[in-house]
Amino acid sequence: MQYLNILIQELYKIFFLIIPILVSVALIVWLDRRVWGFVQKRRGPNIVGPFGLFQTLADALKYIFKEIIIPASANKIIFILAPIVTMTLALVAWAVIPLSEDLVLSNINIGILYLFAVSSLGVYGIIMGGWASNSKYPFLGSIRSAAQMVSYEVSIGIIIINVLLCVGSLNLTDIVLAQKNIWFVIPLFPMFVIFFISALAETNRPPFDLPEAEAELVAGYQTEYSGMMYAMFWLGEYANILLMCAMGSILFLGGWLPPLEIYPLDIIPAPIWMVLKILFLFFLFSIVKAIVPRYRYDQLMKLGWKIFLPFSLLYVVLTASFLFYFDMLPTKDFG
Amino acid sequence: MIIHAFFFYFFSIVAILSALMVITSRSTVNSVFFLILDFISIGCLFIMVGAEFLGIIILIVYVGAVAVLFLFVVMMLNVTHQKQSWFIGRKSTHIPSGLFVSIIILLELLVVVGGWKYKPNVMSSSTLQVSENISNTHLIGSVMYTDYFLYFQISGIILLLSMIGAIVLTYRKRENIKRQSYINQISREKKTSVEMKDVEFEKGVKIDD
Repeated sequence: MQYLNILIQELYKIFFLIIPILVSVALIVWLDRRVWGFVQKRRGPNIVGPFGLFQTLADALKYIFKEIIIPASANKIIFILAPIVTMTLALVAWAVIPLSEDLVLSNINIGILYLFAVSSLGVYGIIMGGWASNSKYPFLGSIRSAAQMVSYEVSIGIIIINVLLCVGSLNLTDIVLAQKNIWFVIPLFPMFVIFFISALAETNRPPFDLPEAEAELVAGYQTEYSGMMYAMFWLGEYANILLMCAMGSILFLGGWLPPLEIYPLDIIPAPIWMVLKILFLFFLFSIVKAIVPRYRYDQLMKLGWKIFLPFSLLYVVLTASFLFYFDMLPTKDFG
Repeated sequence: MIIHAFFFYFFSIVAILSALMVITSRSTVNSVFFLILDFISIGCLFIMVGAEFLGIIILIVYVGAVAVLFLFVVMMLNVTHQKQSWFIGRKSTHIPSGLFVSIIILLELLVVVGGWKYKPNVMSSSTLQVSENISNTHLIGSVMYTDYFLYFQISGIILLLSMIGAIVLTYRKRENIKRQSYINQISREKKTSVEMKDVEFEKGVKIDD
């Protein structure tokens, strides 16, 4: 009985975390298309509901009623599992994202490692989908994306080390609280830029959307997917993008903290600051999608391994030596 | 505690079964997927005993990086066609030699594990003094970078050397291919790249050599 109570309480919390995320994913898809439209002097989706806000819901409804086609030569179990894995991993990571000092589902000590682990598992959804489709375009797309995601994870990992050196803890709440005096975007600005670009590559966003480059690969790993299974890939991708934005705002933009602790800014509740920062980063994401042409694949790999990796390693050495010589290393007494 | 035991047995059974499936499944790609499941359940077991740092590191390193590369190689090589069986179909030449090597490894393991004795003053895990206030990330760091500093550095150097070795083995210099050089592209000027030539009538001129 006692376990049942705990279970119900936790399920209740999870329910109230999942629903806002799914709704905000729907809204963010709309925002993305609107921004994209405005940059290109179009209107974007503006018919369904006020300002076209319900466009994504209408799309989702359309996908639900479409037939799911499974290719005859596909490996059925893995083919069905792939979108489920993508969607689940995109949602599971939100368990540790703190929206304010106490508004977090589980405040674990290794929050940032957990986020990193979940985002590095994200490649499986794509690789499984591409392989199980048993056709050329999806397979090439998934191979591309696996190489791309593994490469850019390395630089994201090293950027995280930079932040952790300044904080001295892997806890996401501690990381935000360490930015009370100054957001890490100011001392670690080059790392913020590299993080942003790596996040674009990690989530397969343009200009790094080579796994689904329509000119060469039709739709990459999604080619054989239809109906709701395609929609799950799509929602999972956007949930991942939101997650990357949340990660960026926690690591560099001070999470739920207001820019200055002065009167009109600090009465705005903490979760609203967090949401505003996520939205700001997402706005940058969609602007980049609208204005930057696609990279060539060898250039992408060269950028990851030969430019970002050495540069962020060098910055780790710089940060560590700066903190060491000015005696600013965060230490914890072991009593 | 019942829930704890339930999850422990669940993860252990999944780990053992998937390890069995790795070596028995016919398709190589399926083997790799079961290997991933095995890694994940082992990581969960680590988290259950309170070693959350090790558990997550297993997820990141083995599942997030090593297994992806395994999958990559297995998919690219298409090994399913090369699969041979000892009992059915063509006789394989790999299995007798593999059996020979594995019997030798088994004998070596028997020699090492059979002669294993615990030190008389070894600590049992229940008497270990672990403070609740310090996370095990801090504890691992404080041991690894003080008492075992040299071993840690040496293992790092061994890994670096093996990485360089692998790169040297697979590197081959390809000639007659065109590479993009950013420096050359940026430093191109009109003086060096445009040339006026007088072309004689009905003869043409040879360019680009």
